[in-house]
Amino acid sequence: MGKTIDVKTFALNGTANGRGEIHRRIKYESELSRDFKEKIAEIAYGEKLYSCIQCGTCSATCPVSHYMDYTPRKIIQMVREGFKEEVLSSSTVWLCASCYSCTVECPKGIKITDVMYALKREAISSAYHSKHFPASVLANSFFKQVLDHGRNSEGPLLLKMYLKTNPFMLIKNMKLGFKLWKTGRLSLKTEKIKNKRNLNKLLKNIEKAEEAEAK
Amino acid sequence: MRYLYYPGCSLKCTGRSYEESLLAVLKALKIDFVELNDWNCCGATAYMAVDESKAFAIASRNLALAEEQFKNEKEIHIIAPCSACYMVLLKTQNYLAHNAGEMKKIQSALKESGLSYEGKVKIRHPLDVLVNDFGLKEITKAVKHHLKGIKVASYYGCQTVRPLATFDDAREPVSMDELVRAIGAEPVDWPLKTRCCGASLTGIIEQVGLPLSYIILHEAAKRRADVVITACPLCQFNLECYQTEINKNYQNDLRIGVIYFSQLLGLALGISPKELGMQRLFVKPEGVYKAVKGGETVYV
Ligand code: SF4
Ligand code: SF4
Repeated sequence: MGKTIDVKTFALNGTANGRGEIHRRIKYESELSRDFKEKIAEIAYGEKLYSCIQCGTCSATCPVSHYMDYTPRKIIQMVREGFKEEVLSSSTVWLCASCYSCTVECPKGIKITDVMYALKREAISSAYHSKHFPASVLANSFFKQVLDHGRNSEGPLLLKMYLKTNPFMLIKNMKLGFKLWKTGRLSLKTEKIKNKRNLNKLLKNIEKAEEAEAK
Repeated sequence: MRYLYYPGCSLKCTGRSYEESLLAVLKALKIDFVELNDWNCCGATAYMAVDESKAFAIASRNLALAEEQFKNEKEIHIIAPCSACYMVLLKTQNYLAHNAGEMKKIQSALKESGLSYEGKVKIRHPLDVLVNDFGLKEITKAVKHHLKGIKVASYYGCQTVRPLATFDDAREPVSMDELVRAIGAEPVDWPLKTRCCGASLTGIIEQVGLPLSYIILHEAAKRRADVVITACPLCQFNLECYQTEINKNYQNDLRIGVIYFSQLLGLALGISPKELGMQRLFVKPEGVYKAVKGGETVYV
């Protein structure tokens, strides 16, 4: 059994992190999650993942790649190699804004945005997931709200998210909230559909079908 | 022809004026529509991040409801004005059409809850309906105030044209620009039409979201646009409501109106700003108001 080694080298020209350092993480084969890529490739058109040529078009077109721990190109490679822990705990999956630029531009037709969605889902159900990362809290609160009411109410949703992650942001955004309320663009009322039973039944049926599939 | 209208959650809340203005425009142009009964949330970007099958299930409930409500009509066209709703509904339909197993699963789950979905619904963006069904020539004919001299930056955002829309180009969309020309205004040529505004990141991780919105506004102002028009409630929100915050962070004196394309079109059709929900704006598009003032064609 080996041990993960973090290596730091220096770029001759061009800088990786602004200080000229390039960080590489080396793992022994035994430490990699070899079945990770297969799990991700299960999504629709997921097998295209294997044809990535590492051209970097996705990273170049991504509006937030320079804020990410790993760029979309790197993420694709890390998924293929089985760097499960690093991928699922990275900021990348939660910074992806689902803008679909990468998906439209990828020369190999890889649905990178959908890969990011799959990674988000994996991250939530994994142990590597920070419960306080606001983007995932938002996704989760949104999910629950729609599950309970069939509709999303923006006011209560944001309130909940700020309280859970960063109450300071709530105070900071009070003024904006007040302005929105004054112009009739924010309400704390919870929106609901009429036939909630119908929606519940549908979701139950899906759950049942999935359980049957799993068996 | 009659259309079904699927508002989605945002158009009932932060994006209220998108609904107000769009419906006023449809009525003015005598385009017949009716709201989808008991529609539910499309799932937006968040639902997909938590559970894939349920995301497709809740989106397809809307499609099934549409088939039920319009079962006696020849064609079922559903107008989805919010970019996220439009894209999610399209994606669901596309996915189910190419995935027989998933389609069967969803169909039987729907059936057990008393609904059915056969894939007959056509999902339409209001821009598509206005430009391609109603027609630009007809729009020009209906215009009461030609907005001469007004420079308009058309901002499509991400999900209106990416990745599945067929009515316009994913990289260089033109439908809004054509609409702008049809009402006598001048579209600004700029490269950021489909650049991401920061989406839901702006509200939660400001240091990432704000600069994205800033780049877009800065470029529009640099190209001397009088106003930016959008087709998405989240884009409108980010670009308009965070302008104070953007100025604070980037020491700029940006101040540019960001309105829905339906508001601009409504003004040209002679609908009052109030009916178009323009009292809800934080930044008044003064240049545009000047051009329509007086109830007659005004040349600035
Ligand atoms: S654009 Fe496509 S092929 Fe190129 S690196 Fe990204 S995923 Fe791989
Ligand atoms: S969809 Fe996500 S990863 Fe792809 S370009 Fe947009 S933000 Fe980047």
